[in-house]
Amino acid sequence: MPEFVDILNAIVLFSNFVLVPAISYGAQLALGALGITMVYGILRFSNFAHGDMMAFGTTMVILVTWGFQAIGIGFGPLPTALLALPFGILGAVALSLAFDKTVYKFYRTKNSAPVIFVIVSTGVMFMTNAIVRFIIGPGDQRFMDGTKFIFRPREFKEFTGLSEGLALKSTQVLTLTIAIICVAALFYFLQKTRTGKAMRAFSDNKDLALLSGINPDRVVFITWIIVAALATTAGTLYGLDKSFKPFTYFMLLLPMFAAAIVGGIGSPIGAVVGGFVIAFSEVIVTYAYKKFFMYLLPESLEPTGLMQFLSTDYKFAVSFIILVVVLLIRPTGIFKGQSI
Amino acid sequence: MSYLVADQLRGGYGGADILNGCSLSVDKGEIAVIVGPNGAGKSTAMKALLGMLKLREGSVTLGGQDITHMSPQDRVGQGIAFVPQTHNVFGGMTVEENLEMGAFLRTDNFSETMEQVYELFPILKQKRRQNAGELSGGQRQQVAVGRAMMTQPSVLMLDEPTAGVSPIVMDELFDRILEVKKQGIAVLMVEQNAAQALNIADKGYVLVTGTNKHTGSGDELLANPVVRRTFLGG
Repeated sequence: MPEFVDILNAIVLFSNFVLVPAISYGAQLALGALGITMVYGILRFSNFAHGDMMAFGTTMVILVTWGFQAIGIGFGPLPTALLALPFGILGAVALSLAFDKTVYKFYRTKNSAPVIFVIVSTGVMFMTNAIVRFIIGPGDQRFMDGTKFIFRPREFKEFTGLSEGLALKSTQVLTLTIAIICVAALFYFLQKTRTGKAMRAFSDNKDLALLSGINPDRVVFITWIIVAALATTAGTLYGLDKSFKPFTYFMLLLPMFAAAIVGGIGSPIGAVVGGFVIAFSEVIVTYAYKKFFMYLLPESLEPTGLMQFLSTDYKFAVSFIILVVVLLIRPTGIFKGQSI
Repeated sequence: MSYLVADQLRGGYGGADILNGCSLSVDKGEIAVIVGPNGAGKSTAMKALLGMLKLREGSVTLGGQDITHMSPQDRVGQGIAFVPQTHNVFGGMTVEENLEMGAFLRTDNFSETMEQVYELFPILKQKRRQNAGELSGGQRQQVAVGRAMMTQPSVLMLDEPTAGVSPIVMDELFDRILEVKKQGIAVLMVEQNAAQALNIADKGYVLVTGTNKHTGSGDELLANPVVRRTFLGG
């Protein structure tokens, strides 16, 4: 049997490399998947431009952050980007509404099939993608400032006397806090307010919603505002936690879609749960468990390899596999969204 | 002149006309029933009254006002409520939320109307926190009628309200519709269960290929041997 302290060390190690990162990544995916699920539920198409809308919103946030930094405005221990977030949201809302007016509305009035919308959104994706690269370039951008760590591994080690350290980045706490606030606000809005209920009604039964006098243009308008706000928030949090790169944001589309579908597309609660399911699966199967088992197993059984199921290069394969399995076994997802 | 009047309607979904000069009217506190064989244009006539069909000819007036070119949404605002045959509730929302959505356009306090609906359909009060999609067919129809009643309509249009419900539930629904009529609402419905529907009707229209074949009070039509033989099965 391993000693008690070894078990503690193993738990700390696991928390540091799996639990804490997966929770913050899950929260970011959840916010992204919420946007996808809302477009699907209310506007009735799979929005492939969502990842790039995240990138655009974040670009706006970064530019405003740099502006603030240049004129010496800061947010104390918190990242300046949080101050810039409302401006970024405004930018993303403006672009979303512009795309809706110039592109999506045309197909909506024609009552086009969902598959046409998907192709159209792919076009919008390429355009947004290009706009982002024009503005900020394809490279990596870091825009995190303020306090980086709530506690560092070394501080944790000194404090507990364990040989494993646990780091808690301020961005991880921020991500979770902001995600909880956003999700709570969104659920309150959808469940309790008149406009929110009208949006659910529109998503549930469009014709009957029209018969009840619900204004479809207003529902679409509010949906884009919420989706753009969620996308920008998710993108900013992801960028603060890791870094901003247009290509990475485009690639986030797959795990976000997987999250929305696993949870049940069209179901907001499903998107949140799906986000965490995908994040945990990705992190758990790509983590190398060698050290973890060294703590738990007797020396004679010590693993020789890395004990890693999949290399991190393959992390997108994880969401892809989950996606395929869910579509085969339970196409409506965990929370019984619309079957697709 | 009656409250809601459709005069000489002609039109269809493009291609051949489905309505060939059919006329309907219903007054407040009256039940008018449209019956007829399949494909006679019963539901189409109702859609025309609601503004969901492009008319080539004819006019629709509501309380003397010409609404022929009004959009369906505006007609709802003018007091026409419609209960579609299928997909007539918000399945993922609770009974109470369904009723709230019915009152979406209203800015006044609608809790009194909701009480009236619950009085009309007591079972709905019991199930008001349940999702409408989980209810039985008959209860769902009650939600659908209740939702329409929340707009405080002057005209209630029902497209086959008793389709797919058991005879007992059908009788109960018709009883409720009589109650609705007593509130001074004009009720217009399309029915497959023609004999039972004509029993409660003040006015009946037998539609064949988009034109009025027989018109009369419910009892007259029930007594008419031609109508009996051709449409009521003996």
